[in-house]
Parts: sequence; structure tokens; C-alpha cells
Amino acid sequence: MAMDIIEIERLILEALPDAKIEIKDLRGDGDHYAAHVESAAFAGKTLVQQHQIVYAALQGRVGGVLHALALKTSAPQARQA
Amino acid sequence: MDSMSSERIRADITTNDVVLYMKGTPVFPQCGFSAQAVQILNMLGVRFKGVDVLTDPSLRQGIKDFSNWPTIPQLYVKGEFVGGCDIMREMFQSGELQQTLQAKGVALEPTPKSA
Repeated sequence: MAMDIIEIERLILEALPDAKIEIKDLRGDGDHYAAHVESAAFAGKTLVQQHQIVYAALQGRVGGVLHALALKTSAPQARQA
Repeated sequence: MDSMSSERIRADITTNDVVLYMKGTPVFPQCGFSAQAVQILNMLGVRFKGVDVLTDPSLRQGIKDFSNWPTIPQLYVKGEFVGGCDIMREMFQSGELQQTLQAKGVALEPTPKSA
């Protein structure tokens, strides 16, 4: 019931090749992460849509094998509302 | 999706201005993320209905399908999905959550009660 950072990054980059990704393992247990993802794909999207893009990239793992991924998303430069 | 749960969700979010789908109840949240969501709503003084997804496995899955959102908690305001815990926190910190609630005509009261 865990994923490693490299695998999370790989899946996000597959869907968002331009993404800049920072991931922290919050408890060192491979199960509680915080991620900041920046991608041009988020421009003009709502926060809900931005997070949905990342969840889709992770192909059903969030809420499953990946219990907790605190997510922050932004487009390059100005954050989109 | 199981149509019973989608009907129940639709009824809940249209008859209550603010609904939080969560693990546990507003008084006894069963998960840290649900607890944070409750705390934010309480700090804003928002009356909301808490729906405990742990009491009903079909609802627990149903709400995820309904919103295309994989995690709990989930906040709905006036029938519209606003976000999960991270988005609530980010919007709360920027003041956007207060604005969204007020723009949708939701009262922010000093002494909240959850239904």
C-alpha cells in the first residue's frame, strides 16, 4: 500500500511532460506525500480541474494505493484562479 | 455508478446549501483531512450538513464517481463541487473560499451549527 516518489513523478511526467514536480514524503512511510506540480496545462483551469488532471495522470492510485497526496498545482508564472 | 447513491447525493446537495462528504461526523471526524475540512468550515461559521461516507460503502464510492474526485472530504456549495481538503485550505488561506460562499449567498455566522 505505498508508492515511491520516482513512480509518482514518472506517471505525472507521462501525462504532463513539461511539469516541474516537487514531492515530499511527509512521514517517511511511502504513503503520505505532498506534491507541488507546475505545468502549462493548468493555465486557465480551475483548481478542481488542475487537480483532476494530476489525479488522472496517477491513474486511480490516489485514494487507493496512494493514501494521501496533498496537492498544490500552478501554471508557470501567475497562478490561475 | 449506483443510481441510488447518485440520487441521494443530488438530493443532499440541492436541499442543503453546504454539504461536506467526510469520514466520520463533524463532531467526531475519523480522518485528519476530514477534520481539517470541518475546522475550516467552523472557523468561517458556515452551517453545513456533514455526510459520513463510512456508514455506506456505496455512497463512499458513489461520491467519488459523482464528482470525478478520488478522495474524501468533498465540499459542495449550492449543488456545486468546490474541492477537497487541499483546495479548501488553499482557498481559505487566500480568502477565496469566504468570497465564493458569500457570492453564492451562504451566511457566515459566528456560532455555527452543523445539521
